[in-house]
Amino acid sequence: MSLARRIVPCLDTDGARVVKGVHFEHLRDAGDAVELAARYNAEGADELVVLDIAASRDNRPTFLDTIRRVAAQLAIPLTAGGGIRALEDARAVVRAGADKITVNTAAVQRPELLRELSLEFGAQAVVLAIDAIREGARWTVRVHGGRMATGLDAEQWAHCGAKMGAGEILLTSMDRDGTQSGFDTELTAAISSSLSVPVIASGGAKLPRHFLDVFRDGRADAALAASIFHDNTQSIRGLKAYLRDSGVEVRLPC
Amino acid sequence: MNVAIIDYGAGNVRSVATALHRLGVEATTTSDAAELARADRLILPGVGHCAALIHALDAQGIRKPLVDAISRGVPFLGICLGLQALYEASDEAPDLAGLGLFKGSVTHLPANVKLPHMGWNQLRPIRTSVLLRSIAPESYFYFAHTFAAPSAGPESAAVCKHGRDFVAVLEHENIFGVQFHPEKSGAPGAKLLENFLRQAA
Repeated sequence: MSLARRIVPCLDTDGARVVKGVHFEHLRDAGDAVELAARYNAEGADELVVLDIAASRDNRPTFLDTIRRVAAQLAIPLTAGGGIRALEDARAVVRAGADKITVNTAAVQRPELLRELSLEFGAQAVVLAIDAIREGARWTVRVHGGRMATGLDAEQWAHCGAKMGAGEILLTSMDRDGTQSGFDTELTAAISSSLSVPVIASGGAKLPRHFLDVFRDGRADAALAASIFHDNTQSIRGLKAYLRDSGVEVRLPC
Repeated sequence: MNVAIIDYGAGNVRSVATALHRLGVEATTTSDAAELARADRLILPGVGHCAALIHALDAQGIRKPLVDAISRGVPFLGICLGLQALYEASDEAPDLAGLGLFKGSVTHLPANVKLPHMGWNQLRPIRTSVLLRSIAPESYFYFAHTFAAPSAGPESAAVCKHGRDFVAVLEHENIFGVQFHPEKSGAPGAKLLENFLRQAA
């Protein structure tokens, strides 16, 4: 009896539609956000992440409406983000029904935002998303949807973020994202094993074996995937049964 | 049935209302003392920092009507911080007094495990529980917290372990509490809320 490893489907949304791409580009339609949310809730997802990838001011009311309609479907926790720059953006997302807020670029630009969010909502509601890319023997942080290098060391930034008030790290490997070649277990292990807060591994998932690897070797607390769930190449129920049979503690829905 | 969800500005008030709505119950979300006094079921949700909850109880004048209602025998359910607030004090806000209905202090979970304790965990029953009636014993519930109440008190009906044992389900006469979030815990969470609502006032 201990804390179960979590399987977290992610909806990258543009308005009410879910989109998907490779290396954060070449986006195409992958379904309706509310329909997918209802399906994952029923199939045993442990929580759901909804990201506004358009994240433009004009789109904001549509995104908040999507959160409201998605939240109404869920009996599991909901994390939302994309374009959260200030406390007021986070409040709107929480009021719309999100349990946790994820921040990325804005936290790099102004780390104090993490402290503000944590003071208002509690560290358990603050998820720091880090897009990491390998550079020689280490990983550095990218922002603006992966388009801009920062030179920041990903491990140091994760530690700093946790200290500032993030209660969880959503760690995406830019090298693996969209490739379906498996999670970057080395990156995940480097950060998860030295960090005091939970780490959600993201980027590269295709096979059940990839999830097993990132839980066992990568020491991830949770694993996130998008397209393999959206297009039904992998069912959450089947994935969890495989993980349980491989000795990983997971929550199997009744 | 007149169910009041005490709204002091916590993030999960809406989720609790949504979960009750799915059970066919339209709850009132309120911080109004008169409305609290009229309720025949009271739910105190809470996430975030415990100081915010305790401050709100006093600033919004909720403390007295709440304690009065509980002493009249109105079934009360505290969720997460709503459970923690039932104790005398919390290390998270050492200068503030809790409701003091149970002995002891809420303390930080040990630092040898990842914190917050975030995700789905199982319970270990201590005694027969009203809230857990007809719920499979291996069920998982969703937790998201760093502080927790002691596990040893007679009010403990089930405990959970993360670094140490802590009270996960609290039951004493008409007072109920859960450290996890039933509103986010799938079917077992919904059943637990239903069990609470079925309590005779």
